[in-house]
Amino acid sequence: MMSKVLLTGNEAVARGAYEAGVKVLSAYPGTPSTEIPENMAKYDEIYAEWAPNEKVAMEVAIGAAVGGVRSMVTMKHVGVNVAADPLFTSSYTGINGGLVIVSADDPGMHSSQDEQDNRYYARFAKIPMIEPADSQECLDFVKEAYEISEKFDTPVFMRMTTRVCHSQSLVEVHDRKEQELKPYVKDASKYVVMPAVARKRHAVVEQRLLELQKFSEETSLNRVEMNSKEVGIIVSGVLYQYVKEALPEASILKLGFSWPLPRKKIEAFAASVKDLYVVEELDPLIEQEVKSWGIAISGKEHFPRCGEVFTEMIRQEIAGDCLQCKEESAAVGRPPVLCPGCPHRGIFYVLSKLKVNVTGDIGCYSLGATPPLNAMDIIICMGASIGLAHGMEKARGKEFSKHTVAVIGDSTFMHSGITGIINAVYNQSNITVVIMDNRITAMTGHQDNPTTGFNAKGEPAPIVDIEGICRACGVKRVQVVDPADIEATMKAVKEELVAEEPSVIITRRPCILLDKKQMKPAFYINKEKCTGCGMCMKSGCPCIGKDENGKAEINDSTCVGCGLCMQLCPFGAIEKGE
Amino acid sequence: MVKNILIVGVGGQGTILASRILSQVALSTGQDVKVSEIHGMSQRGGSVVTQVRFGDKVYSPIIEPGTADMIMAFEKLEALRWLHWLKEDGQIIVNDQKMNPMPVVTGVAKYPDDVLEQIRSKCKNVLIFDALHAARDCGSDKAANVVLLGALSKYMNIDRETWITVITKLVPQKFLQVNLDAFAAGEALTEK
Ligand SMILES: Cc1ncc(C[n+]2csc(CCOP(=O)(O)OP(=O)(O)O)c2C)c(N)n1
Repeated sequence: MMSKVLLTGNEAVARGAYEAGVKVLSAYPGTPSTEIPENMAKYDEIYAEWAPNEKVAMEVAIGAAVGGVRSMVTMKHVGVNVAADPLFTSSYTGINGGLVIVSADDPGMHSSQDEQDNRYYARFAKIPMIEPADSQECLDFVKEAYEISEKFDTPVFMRMTTRVCHSQSLVEVHDRKEQELKPYVKDASKYVVMPAVARKRHAVVEQRLLELQKFSEETSLNRVEMNSKEVGIIVSGVLYQYVKEALPEASILKLGFSWPLPRKKIEAFAASVKDLYVVEELDPLIEQEVKSWGIAISGKEHFPRCGEVFTEMIRQEIAGDCLQCKEESAAVGRPPVLCPGCPHRGIFYVLSKLKVNVTGDIGCYSLGATPPLNAMDIIICMGASIGLAHGMEKARGKEFSKHTVAVIGDSTFMHSGITGIINAVYNQSNITVVIMDNRITAMTGHQDNPTTGFNAKGEPAPIVDIEGICRACGVKRVQVVDPADIEATMKAVKEELVAEEPSVIITRRPCILLDKKQMKPAFYINKEKCTGCGMCMKSGCPCIGKDENGKAEINDSTCVGCGLCMQLCPFGAIEKGE
Repeated sequence: MVKNILIVGVGGQGTILASRILSQVALSTGQDVKVSEIHGMSQRGGSVVTQVRFGDKVYSPIIEPGTADMIMAFEKLEALRWLHWLKEDGQIIVNDQKMNPMPVVTGVAKYPDDVLEQIRSKCKNVLIFDALHAARDCGSDKAANVVLLGALSKYMNIDRETWITVITKLVPQKFLQVNLDAFAAGEALTEK
């Protein structure tokens, strides 16, 4: 088979993994990486799973590779922080079957809590890195990565960015090539990293880097496109496309294999052009390295360290050419909001009404932090809410805990919330934890997780029981409420806040987008009864506004009839639609 | 020559299906195509944009400000937000629908009264209509995206047949007739 199809970078990575004969995939979702595992799960030949977090996913992939097959693990950039421990050691042990780690960075933070530059990880873990620039390269580079991985006995780091992951371009697809199962060989001198072994393995890693550097000089993944000798650009990833667009005359050294750097190739390229630039997003990694060799190159004096680099910046900074465009119009921002009918809205309304302190976590429910709910004081990373609340109690005393709640989603609880609960029990905290169980991993687009009853292939799976886990960890007070029932939710929160021991409230109701049967005809305002008091607007529902007479108004094309506003109206002015 | 089309709207409005249809139509002309869309947080009711580019050879998947040949806006404030992406003589198609962003709901900001006037004063080629009601007349609010595509198709040099084939392929059978009617309604709206 050979034909051209329009694929996103993520779909192309999945296709590349399929063609490369990958057998095992483990992943935890995270924008912009999520569609890679989702698409790999569609192939019968690949075992694909959702792991509870990135560390487990990494360990599974290492196990599979050492077990003799080609394996893959994918995650968003911050996921690598979670997976770093096994990653670093796998660099020492090496692999058996090929292992590729896909890290999807998010310059510009379209959907992330930071814009860390994960190119550091390849340097830090001393493993090779490849960076595709479009969907075709996503597919081709994955295959190449497995060859490199097996040839040099190393995990390979594939660094993507949002614009590569989520842009579609034409791709030529081929058939799958099955790989033979490699023998499983017990070798303690390689895989059992006790100090005596690890010391030897470190030397192996250093030697491997030297060999990889040689490879970097020779591979066609690093190629020179010689053009005018006036301007030379070193570039990798999607920025290559922007450079082609902005500077059609320039000579380009395109780095597809971007760690270790091909020093000789760069030196020769530098010598062949008059002005040398490096176009890179975020940190000046290539720039610093090249400058350290005594080569004159400019980069960060032209391009920002924060946010994305765009074509027009390259055009302006290097060609001195500015496209004419209209002035930007002032338009009110449109930040994301909890969806109409979102089950998280009820609990946040309660927390907002009680004016408690809230330590937050990451998921759709992070939007509870936004006005008018303002029901979150801090967000750090996945799983942090519970430790944060515990730490605040230890800092400010048990009284503080009577006005403080930690909120965490079901998927996030599975990811890294459980150890926080264990800590709270063991170290005798009074914290109150709300687990917002909407039966799915919603933020990243509805992936199953250990609590949902289905696996990554959509097949039925055992349900890991949240209540049971909390009780087994030693939490005695565990209650479940329906967050659509404001009164019951309010009562539960008040009870648990004053309890002199750790307690858990599970607010359970499926995501409205998951279970559309919950959607009902739009509610409407009885204008006779409405006084325009604005109480119904306190829950931050995007469907409610005011009409020209200052009375409430419900948008009938977006309201899904959840009925939350009806519970808030003191005048009985909100009625069910037919 | 590369054609640049920007599709803008509010997360959840169906911009993704519209861009899928448009890019498949572009693809069937045998040209190079690149499409860029952002997934994630902004899909929860935030401002969303999809960029479609096609021509002999397309490098970047991203459109530069001031270079869009066409903008198709699912909501009028979003049209205003992205207006400066339009070329001097570009065409903008605006769905006359108002969706209040949260700062307007909470009263800290005002939805400008004169959005359409501003758009008209800043662009030469403007087409404004109510796609939601046109879609409702065809049988479903959800087909507003295809009404807009119907109008867009009138400014592109691609046979009607190609559009119909792609829509037939991408829309579930159950909703096909509604969407074909919606497409025709959109075409008709350009003639008023
Ligand atoms: C370490 C890490 N991995 C992945 C993500 C991406 N991510 C953000 S929220 C989220 C899922 C949240 O699911 P859940 O806790 O069930 O809350 P919901 O969105 O369903 O409300 C994921 C996977 C992240 N931010 N950090």
